[in-house]
Amino acid sequence: MADRPPVRDWATDFDHTDPTWVADPYPIWDELRQACPVAHSDRYGGAWLPTRHADVAAIAYDTDDFTSRSVVVTEYRPPNLAPRGIAPPITSDPPFHQGARRMLLPLMSPQVIAKWEPSTREYCQSLVHELAGREVVDAATEYAQHIPVRVIARMLGFPEDDADRFRGFVHHVLEDVTLPLELRLPGMQELFEYLRDQVKDHIDNPRDDLTTALLNADMGGEVADLSHVGGTIALLLLAGIDTTWSAIGASIWHLASHPEDRDRLVKEPDLLPTAVEEFLRAYAPVTMARLVKHDMDWHGCPMKEDDWILLSFPAANRDPEFFVDPDEVIIDRTDNRHAAFGLGIHRCAGSHLARMELRVALEVFLDAFPVFHLDDPAAVKWSAGQVRGPRTLPVHIG
Amino acid sequence: MVKIAIDSERCEGHGRCYSLAPKLVEPDDLGNGRVIGDGTVPADQEDNARQAEGNCPERAVLLEET
Ligand code: HEM
Ligand code: SF4
Repeated sequence: MADRPPVRDWATDFDHTDPTWVADPYPIWDELRQACPVAHSDRYGGAWLPTRHADVAAIAYDTDDFTSRSVVVTEYRPPNLAPRGIAPPITSDPPFHQGARRMLLPLMSPQVIAKWEPSTREYCQSLVHELAGREVVDAATEYAQHIPVRVIARMLGFPEDDADRFRGFVHHVLEDVTLPLELRLPGMQELFEYLRDQVKDHIDNPRDDLTTALLNADMGGEVADLSHVGGTIALLLLAGIDTTWSAIGASIWHLASHPEDRDRLVKEPDLLPTAVEEFLRAYAPVTMARLVKHDMDWHGCPMKEDDWILLSFPAANRDPEFFVDPDEVIIDRTDNRHAAFGLGIHRCAGSHLARMELRVALEVFLDAFPVFHLDDPAAVKWSAGQVRGPRTLPVHIG
Repeated sequence: MVKIAIDSERCEGHGRCYSLAPKLVEPDDLGNGRVIGDGTVPADQEDNARQAEGNCPERAVLLEET
């Protein structure tokens, strides 16, 4: 990651890759919410940061004034590939977005995802089996990381041995965001060449998997063209891996540092689905972005065309105006309208899959290791960028 | 008596409703919530109906007390 000047003032110079933010962003958002709920920064060519739930929701719902053309804040503005964008549907705006989303939703519905639960559980069990007997394990790199990669590779019908390559692609696109375009392009190129070969193989040898289903899916009465399908598959890889890995890791981190919650879930496994929602709320891993479509005064903010909006669903989830005791993790919280999977038309199409993976991953881990704790809290490292989760997580299981 | 309904304009398929009140709401093939039957909530399901309402991120679950 390139060296960047430290942040002078969060309200006027914020940077989500600053080490202070990466280590602990929550106090920053609290401070902003009280003083200046929509922060600004000249970095990244101009960016705004709403911190209240009401403002995050208003922007997520407003597709007239904000575009999803790019959802990752970088130093440069992406080419305008409207209406589709590079990875439909996440980079598409209405009206094109609806068809691109509809072609995906039936393939990711709760009914379809339920069929993947037994093999996901088996895979998680094989991972804990490998770890059993050790004293300290890295729950991020030796457990959480592997689960979403394996599951999505199987669903797409890609070689499972390519898991390390997928992780490389994902890291490059989502975490190396401060690099200039010249340094980002070769990695993107490699990803697209890989996907092109997989898609071609599926065209020649159709089979019962998600890739073939996407190639045949109905997009407004016809099949989508190849670059559209390629973009959607890239999205499934990119959107599904870092995110879910982060959610599993953050939940294990919480349980490793809160023995009372861990014991309670061991004793009351039926509480797990409710606890999972609370972990998603409190440690929401995904922040999105929008670009401002045209110069405007937005609730007193002088927004300029092509300014970034850092759309922080995690900050919305900690807003005391919206949640009671937002900084408390209450694993049996009953009212929890959290926005971890977004709000409005771009609601995470993989949310049913992500929830299943998170629930099963925790269930299997707790079952295998009912007592575990952080080996060295200071050794835990969190990712920088718009997907937040532990990347090093030494846990004492023995 | 309580009746449950889903505002299909607001529903985006987060699926909290049919997870929390599976006897009252089911997913359609896009994963959006769909009320089972006419939406009348039996007394022993009222708690589930309230949870569905209180957890929908889009405020698309509507409860009507009559
Ligand atoms: C805990 C894990 C995950 C979190 C927190 C998460 C979060 C999000 C969020 C916040 C959005 C909204 C984007 C926006 O408003 O611009 C989104 C969209 C999306 N996510 Fe996820 N995601 C997760 C896992 C997954 C998985 C496993 C997949 C699929 C393999 C996936 C696929 C997608 C897709 C396709 C979209 C775009 C939907 C659209 O634009 O209509 N996500 N996700
Ligand atoms: S919880 Fe709300 S948004 Fe989600 S499916 Fe139910 S009604 Fe729709």
